Amino acid sequence: MTRVTDDIIIRTVARVLIPFIQLYALYVIMHGHHSPGGGFQGGVIFGASFILYLLTHGLEEAKARMSEMKAGLFSSFGLLIYSGIGLLCLIMGSNYLDYGRLSTILRVIPAQARSLGILGVEIGVGIAVMAVMFSIFFDIATGGEPPGGEESFGDRDG
Amino acid sequence: MDLQQIVSIPFLLVGFFFFLAATIGLLRFPDFFCRLHATGKGDTMAVLLSLIGLSVYEGFSLTGLKLIFIAVFMFLAQPTATHAISRAAMRCGQEPWIKGKAKTQ
Repeated sequence: MTRVTDDIIIRTVARVLIPFIQLYALYVIMHGHHSPGGGFQGGVIFGASFILYLLTHGLEEAKARMSEMKAGLFSSFGLLIYSGIGLLCLIMGSNYLDYGRLSTILRVIPAQARSLGILGVEIGVGIAVMAVMFSIFFDIATGGEPPGGEESFGDRDG
Repeated sequence: MDLQQIVSIPFLLVGFFFFLAATIGLLRFPDFFCRLHATGKGDTMAVLLSLIGLSVYEGFSLTGLKLIFIAVFMFLAQPTATHAISRAAMRCGQEPWIKGKAKTQ
């Protein structure tokens, strides 16, 4: 189990830094298609900010901010954005994830539609990666206990 | 040489001196806490001076501003990380070195 730190220095600095880490993660996601970065990297940074919160404020407070169920919902939602954009391209009559055809809905030229389509996919990937990073760390921190607590799983010592 | 280079070169040189001193401290000091003390303080100062020097060299641009942001981040995060590591070591029973005792490791 993780132990809650009672150290005021670590808690305060983490509280100051976490919003800036998350802002930087959004910057990395948004600049993914014309500079180094992208959905995966930004999502990992975003997930790392939640992991920092868990490490400094303990499991219970982190659960209140981002429970396992929310993490699962966010990862599915990210995947839904990704595959939804891909399928929308398919429905519009071109290949899967071929964003050029989206220009008719978005009312822009095909090159801009490609840029926007990639941005949408990056956002979906970012949300999914963020949630999955957090839920992997959550599983490691709780030692694989089910979300309801150890009572609901019976005797684990046997 | 223009003014930006004249200002930035001393910053970088002093920064490199602190990097060197921190690394020598890491290699030569007797125990865990002394080594952490050397790297925690020395590297923070060195990174700060190097990044300020580089941002002066870069001038008023977005890259220079980003370097300043990194410097502020390092200035907050690095001493805190050092503090957290030394606290964890103290809790796990790492004993501080006292004068006259042999070096650990």
